[in-house]
Amino acid sequence: MDRQGGHLETAAAGEGGCILRLGGRLDAYTVADLWPRALKVLETHRETPVQLDAGEVTYCDGAGVALILDLLRRPRTPPVTLVNVPDKVQRLLDPFDAAALAAPPPPRAPRQGVRRRLGEAIQGLGQGLHAQVTFIGEATAALVHALLHPRQVRWGDAVLIARRAGADALPIVGLIALLLGVILAFQSAVAMKQFGAEIFVANLVALSLLRELGPLMTAILLAGRSASAFAAEIGTMKVNEELDALTTMGLDPLRFLVVTRILAALLVTPLLTLFANLVGLAGAAMVLLTFDIPLVTFVNQVSQSVSLTDLAGGLVKATVFGLLVAGVGCLRGLQTRTGAAAVGEATTRAVVSAIVLIVAVDGVFAVIYFHLGI
Amino acid sequence: MPADPSHTGPVIQVQDLTLGFGGRPLLEGLNFDVHAGEVFVLLGGSGSGKSTLLKHMIGLYEPLAGEVRIGGEVLTGSEGAARRRILRRFGVMYQSGALFGSMTLLENVRLPLEAYTRLSREAMDLVARLKLQLVGLAGFEHHMPAEISGGMQKRAAIARAMALDPGILFLDEPSAGLDPVTSADLDRLILRLKDILGMTFVVVTHELPSIFTIADRVIMLDRETRGIIARGAPAQLRDHAEHPWVRRFFNREATEAA
Repeated sequence: MDRQGGHLETAAAGEGGCILRLGGRLDAYTVADLWPRALKVLETHRETPVQLDAGEVTYCDGAGVALILDLLRRPRTPPVTLVNVPDKVQRLLDPFDAAALAAPPPPRAPRQGVRRRLGEAIQGLGQGLHAQVTFIGEATAALVHALLHPRQVRWGDAVLIARRAGADALPIVGLIALLLGVILAFQSAVAMKQFGAEIFVANLVALSLLRELGPLMTAILLAGRSASAFAAEIGTMKVNEELDALTTMGLDPLRFLVVTRILAALLVTPLLTLFANLVGLAGAAMVLLTFDIPLVTFVNQVSQSVSLTDLAGGLVKATVFGLLVAGVGCLRGLQTRTGAAAVGEATTRAVVSAIVLIVAVDGVFAVIYFHLGI
Repeated sequence: MPADPSHTGPVIQVQDLTLGFGGRPLLEGLNFDVHAGEVFVLLGGSGSGKSTLLKHMIGLYEPLAGEVRIGGEVLTGSEGAARRRILRRFGVMYQSGALFGSMTLLENVRLPLEAYTRLSREAMDLVARLKLQLVGLAGFEHHMPAEISGGMQKRAAIARAMALDPGILFLDEPSAGLDPVTSADLDRLILRLKDILGMTFVVVTHELPSIFTIADRVIMLDRETRGIIARGAPAQLRDHAEHPWVRRFFNREATEAA
């Protein structure tokens, strides 16, 4: 019993019944202790009359009202009766019907059956594929239109996006490329030193970076930075009805938003890849210096081992990766649904889809280059 | 009855409050009190700083000078347990409702109870159901916010703000974006809560019919003078305001609204 807070006392009544006296302050903090004690009293006097006496209640809020109504709504014979209710508490109780509260609220909509969910998932996949094919067609048309009518392209936006996706990405691309070159050269040099073949580490690193790792690593970084940014920007615009505003103004969101982003990505991805290749080679050169291979030797070895075709092959791949990253980022942004979680979901889907596509297309390039003898 | 009886005097005191951003004042030297059980309305033209003042009153922003007291305790600059104790004294309904989209209405209303009380899950559910019933949303406990209308979302937001039975409710443009019927329903709900629970309301609104229905007192903020240009009961300001902008605001709009 706590006279400062709420209190609960029991007293015997006629016919083996019980009087349950609630008093003091009944609020969300005090009723936490009183509630289980009151329910225990009801449990003890399951088949005898119980009177709930609220005469000593000095303060009552919503939680106190909930406690009183909970005791009154319990299905029992005879039901709990409420007596000595102060006017102020009665006014708080008036809007509620204890009998109506005995029934649980309407349940959530039942979960759909497995077959229905499976069907909807397949339908969703089909619709997603349809949307992707439609997007590829529309984006291609928009790009062709942009090439035929370059003055209609919003070059200012494209340059701004290119700066954000390209120039602003230089530090992270440079850092990762440097570390990649260092690690690749060091791991290879340790193994090849056993055969006295450290000199060929330059060949290995140069070929790996220019043909494979440079474009791949740059594209994955671009997916993490720019595909997510494109999806979030366009997704937020969709949630804010900015895309609807563009459409009703007669401006095609694809030409207005997607073309500029794809053009920017097409421009910056090969440049970033070139930068990554150079920094990666610099990292490898630094490592080989510690293995007593001078810089001149490294440069000679690199220039003999790789051709312009290797470099161009890597840059072509990088350009295609850039197209994929920008396209997927924009597509996921355009597919954003409503709600606070939608933009986050679109961003995640953009990054995951872009990375999967990059790796898959890299495999296709490997087969094509093999057959072309590149 | 939920109003805390231990505190006497104004439930909110705004004293010499200067607010703004980047050191530049938007409103200067504001002084006013809000008394227990009244509906106090903040008025002003667009950009006059009504919502900014409200956000200073609930402690979201720190003022450039002055202080806000809630229930006699200084909210401005408070920290830790003292701040949490003051924050429990009031609830806030944001303009958009700000319901958590991933939770049902019942879960939204239950959240403050989970954070602040030791009630059992069953007890919290019952308290949340009662709050939803009080705002006319019985039967919608398991609906998601996206599944109900804007007016219902605002009512659910009021239910959430009332979860811990605060003595004060701050409402930021409760009628914005609602049709006149839903807006009038919301006004009736405010008056009902004031009548049944004795709550104090601080409301930011532009809606003249709503002001004349619910407001006990209003203050009108002015961007140019950076202060309060009128204060009093709405009818008194409509009939006797000296400031021409206040007269225009009340009389012209009031005539149209009637």
